[in-house]
Amino acid sequence: MSDHTVKAYDRDLETLGRRIAEMGGIAEKMLSEAMDALGAFDVDAAQRVVVTDLRLDALQREIEESAILTIARRQPLAVDLRECIAAIRVSGDLERVGDLAKNIAKRTVKIVGEARLPRAIVGLNSMHDVAAMQLKDALDAYAQRDAERARAVWANDAELDALEDSVFRDLLTFMMEDPRNISFCTHLLFCSKNLERIGDHTTNIAETVVYLVTGESMPTERPKTRQAAAGAQTPQ
Amino acid sequence: MQIERPLPTVETRAAVIDPAPHAAASAKPAVPIKVSVRNLDFFYGDNHALKNVSTPLHLNKVTAFIGPSGCGKSTLLRVLNRMYDLYPKQRAEGEVILDGENILGAAVDVNFLRSRVGMVFQKPTPFPMSIYDNIAFGVKLYRKLPKAELDARVEEALRGAALWEEVKDKLHTSGLGLSGGQQQRLCIARSVAVEPEVILFDEPCSALDPISTAKVEELIDELAERYTIAIVTHNMQQAVRVSDYTAFMYLGEMIEFGDTNAVFTAPKQKKTQDYITGRFG
Repeated sequence: MSDHTVKAYDRDLETLGRRIAEMGGIAEKMLSEAMDALGAFDVDAAQRVVVTDLRLDALQREIEESAILTIARRQPLAVDLRECIAAIRVSGDLERVGDLAKNIAKRTVKIVGEARLPRAIVGLNSMHDVAAMQLKDALDAYAQRDAERARAVWANDAELDALEDSVFRDLLTFMMEDPRNISFCTHLLFCSKNLERIGDHTTNIAETVVYLVTGESMPTERPKTRQAAAGAQTPQ
Repeated sequence: MQIERPLPTVETRAAVIDPAPHAAASAKPAVPIKVSVRNLDFFYGDNHALKNVSTPLHLNKVTAFIGPSGCGKSTLLRVLNRMYDLYPKQRAEGEVILDGENILGAAVDVNFLRSRVGMVFQKPTPFPMSIYDNIAFGVKLYRKLPKAELDARVEEALRGAALWEEVKDKLHTSGLGLSGGQQQRLCIARSVAVEPEVILFDEPCSALDPISTAKVEELIDELAERYTIAIVTHNMQQAVRVSDYTAFMYLGEMIEFGDTNAVFTAPKQKKTQDYITGRFG
């Protein structure tokens, strides 16, 4: 893409992109550290994640303000307009990812007094692996303006939903086996919901990347199964 | 379950209409075409200023023509009412079909054509006459009306240009005494008075302040309900605001034509995107 005649315009857009990358890095780190803290029952590590969320919130406000000023100042059109809109959307989704990771970290603090069942966390770790990979791919797709990679993330959302179902069944089984597991497993149920929501926000980011690159919207119905995903990848 | 996005999505798909022939790519019902430019070439002497240009003007819609200086947009406008006939060594080849008739044909009554296809220029051009006579002049060229009917036509034209309330008590004062914005609306009233079918605007707001510009844009919105409108503008945001369709021209060629919303949010051609985003040159 050639440069704008007015160089400050390029700088405005580059700043937006850099700040999104920074937010993305922080959100990824928060997710990974929240899940590590949960697995290790490490309250201090969990508290650090909670505090990091403040930086993410501040960044989101900065990005929104920058995007709004760019719109007012430059009256952007076409791809530049889509860049500004994408920055506002993605920063909103990343801020929610941070909140959900913070909520997982808060659960670690709550769980500390409960009777523990380490094998109940195994399913959550699988969910985390998928969610973290999705988030990384979505952020890479944004950084590289890669619509195909974003479409793949969009199609893969069904996998996380399926994993959440299986984690739900497992936790239910543990609770039925022994009532002393109920409190611990209930906290983990909330964590699995948070991971599934992180997946949804990641898919939102992927949809925004497709819009940013092509100007087209993904279908409103996300695929519920892998087969549906394969059939629905091309936007209508 | 999906998260509600913070902002609405652009749902419309870019509908690029292939200029030659006019085959609409979108699934929307076809909007009737009032004027159809087909394979138009235009020459200023040896200078080939328009090259195989084809474009529709849709009925009761506003079509904006944008492009860098010298791209041929004003030239194209001047072909649509054969203004170029007034100048030597300027010629057009190809077809401009208005209601089934090629207006470039030798047998066309050019004066009558110019009453059907009116024009408003960048610099307001009121006649050195009273406000009343500015409007009545054109009408009297075509019709012999009793005074009461002529008065009514003048009032209707001035109302149609959102100027009546401002000038009704001074109809017999000079048109040159009005402000720039009022003079431009007087010119619009003059065009409207002869009951045209198409109105061409060549950068109508370039010489006007922001408030007058807003009034003229509001007027264009209203006029589009009754007339087919073409507007040449350098102001990208104005093109987005007032038009239904946008044509981007470059060096005498039609580069892209489509729904205004699509052209300005997701243009198909790189040249179009470079121009509208300020990456040209």
